[in-house]
Amino acid sequence: MLENALYGDRKYWGWLALLIFFIGVGFLFYLQQLSYGLGITGLSRDVTWGFYIAQFTFLVGVAASAVMVVLPYYLHNYKAFGKLTILGEFLAIASVTMCLLFIMVDLGQPSRAVNMILHPTPRSILFWDMVVLNGYLFLNVLISRVTLNAERKGIAPPKWIKPIILLSIPWAVSIHTVTAFIYCGLGARPFWLTAILAPRFLASAFAAGPALLILLCLVIRRFTKFDPGKEPIQKLAEIVAYAMAANIFFVALELFTALYSSMPEHTIHFRYLFFGIEGANSLAPWMWFCEIVGIASLILLLIPKFRRDENILTAACIGVFISLWIDKGLAMVVAGFVPSPLGKVTEYAPTFPELMISLGIYAFGFFLITIFYKIALSVRKELPN
Amino acid sequence: MGVDRRGFFKIAGLSTLAGMAGKTSMDALAQGESRFAPNPEALHGKRWAMVVDMEKCKSKEGCKDCILACHQVHNVPDFGNPKDEVKWIWKEQYHHAFPSQENEYIKDDLKHANVLVFCNHCDNPPCVRVCPTQATWDRKDGIVMMDWHRCIGCRYCIAACPYGSRSFNWRDPRGVDEEEESFIKETNPEFPTRTRGVVEKCTFCDERLAQGLLPACVEACTEGCLKFGDLEDPESEVRKLLAERFSIRRKPELGTQPEVYYLV
Repeated sequence: MLENALYGDRKYWGWLALLIFFIGVGFLFYLQQLSYGLGITGLSRDVTWGFYIAQFTFLVGVAASAVMVVLPYYLHNYKAFGKLTILGEFLAIASVTMCLLFIMVDLGQPSRAVNMILHPTPRSILFWDMVVLNGYLFLNVLISRVTLNAERKGIAPPKWIKPIILLSIPWAVSIHTVTAFIYCGLGARPFWLTAILAPRFLASAFAAGPALLILLCLVIRRFTKFDPGKEPIQKLAEIVAYAMAANIFFVALELFTALYSSMPEHTIHFRYLFFGIEGANSLAPWMWFCEIVGIASLILLLIPKFRRDENILTAACIGVFISLWIDKGLAMVVAGFVPSPLGKVTEYAPTFPELMISLGIYAFGFFLITIFYKIALSVRKELPN
Repeated sequence: MGVDRRGFFKIAGLSTLAGMAGKTSMDALAQGESRFAPNPEALHGKRWAMVVDMEKCKSKEGCKDCILACHQVHNVPDFGNPKDEVKWIWKEQYHHAFPSQENEYIKDDLKHANVLVFCNHCDNPPCVRVCPTQATWDRKDGIVMMDWHRCIGCRYCIAACPYGSRSFNWRDPRGVDEEEESFIKETNPEFPTRTRGVVEKCTFCDERLAQGLLPACVEACTEGCLKFGDLEDPESEVRKLLAERFSIRRKPELGTQPEVYYLV
């Protein structure tokens, strides 16, 4: 089955070569980071988590969103998603792998990472995050392998896999909840200290992930004989619309509580994000862009006439994805550190090596998605020879 | 491969013998005087705490005696920029040290005071709670300790600390800058240097307490602003000071139970 990844046309190999090039560049910059230290990034004494941890957080969401195709298919017997579940699971595998890599490159002493297992510490949320992320990776590898293998042989998947698939549904919710708990249990960081963080993470994940899945489906439809059909794409678009609406509602709840109570330690982070404080306002244009694009995309998704037009749908999905990426992959982590618990304002911006290392990890993720999708489509003989 | 079954058993047998011999010689060595017995002079406490007399501390303008002493003894590197800065003890403006005590019309000398800050050795330390490897933990005597050999450098403890007391080694502290100048000016061979990628902070000078000495900052202060002692001992100087004078702590509302008290 895996050998299917080894046959392909020139476009396929060219794309893989491009990704391998970026993986290599990222790796070289990582070697430089290893020898210099994490000081090579834009991180500082006051802003100690940045781009890497933010990408990790965002991608946990993308990974969890596989549940949005798995759940309707297996729990509600929604047949139209039959062709998509494997794509969702493969997307989850690639995303979790990227998450783990982003954690690794963020460690000051990566060679000691195994201390997490040698000295397991259940009171630390990071310990649980390790457990749920690796568990989720394992579940999705197992499920996708068993179901695809059955499909290749033209038989029904074995019965024992069904409870494991059902287990993967709450497990997907758990990975993003535990990731939110990393942040929202810290008294030192009022910006994250909110019970809405986990629900918000889930809502934004269930919007961004399916939006990406729609885009991936449309891309592979252009290059292959694969056609998911109109119905599942439209159903996914509805899911994105609901989740995005919930996400914007949650943001509004958060803003109300922080701003109406007008407690300085809660309001000041939002002030930093949208207006800047003490002249530090590098995130403000991003935030306004994020909110405007987010709301505009939601409007496009809510109106059936627009949603059914695939060009507009594509634009809306790109908008949702970019908006949520700015929100979680750029602002959410950094704003927790500005101002610092001592009220000091230090700005953060990722450095070039930091961005190249991140790009390398994303290239690795796309490399995985490409060969996984290639395998899945070859098994279904939906590729031109 | 050149090892058959016979060969394997031979090697296995020999290594077992060697291992047993090694163990016996280690046991024999252990019979003799141990180099690692606790120092009889060591200071013991049940709840170590520090009292900072802010009145006295501001009397000597620009004094840095305690800071220099601490950073010298503990090989704290100086990277020469705020981005990479590592510090165990430093002075912070009043409204940064006590953000919730904000009051525009407060006494002028307090408003402009530079407050000495360092790790609070909390009774309920959030840094210890979040550490995924137990590289930081609370000792029975109340000291929040660090193991620089176990720390993986995830910096979760820094995110959890409400006092900014923890520093990360963004660069190699044993290294040199562009002008070949060492980051540690004068290395103290009695105390370990750290490696890049680990977190460090004040340890209430556990290494000095074990030798019967007071923390380096307390010893260095000529004005007597810093008092170190055991809060569980009703006769201790710290207990008496706290009973006599009004004191505040940094962010007590977070429930961390900081063990550094400020006399105002």
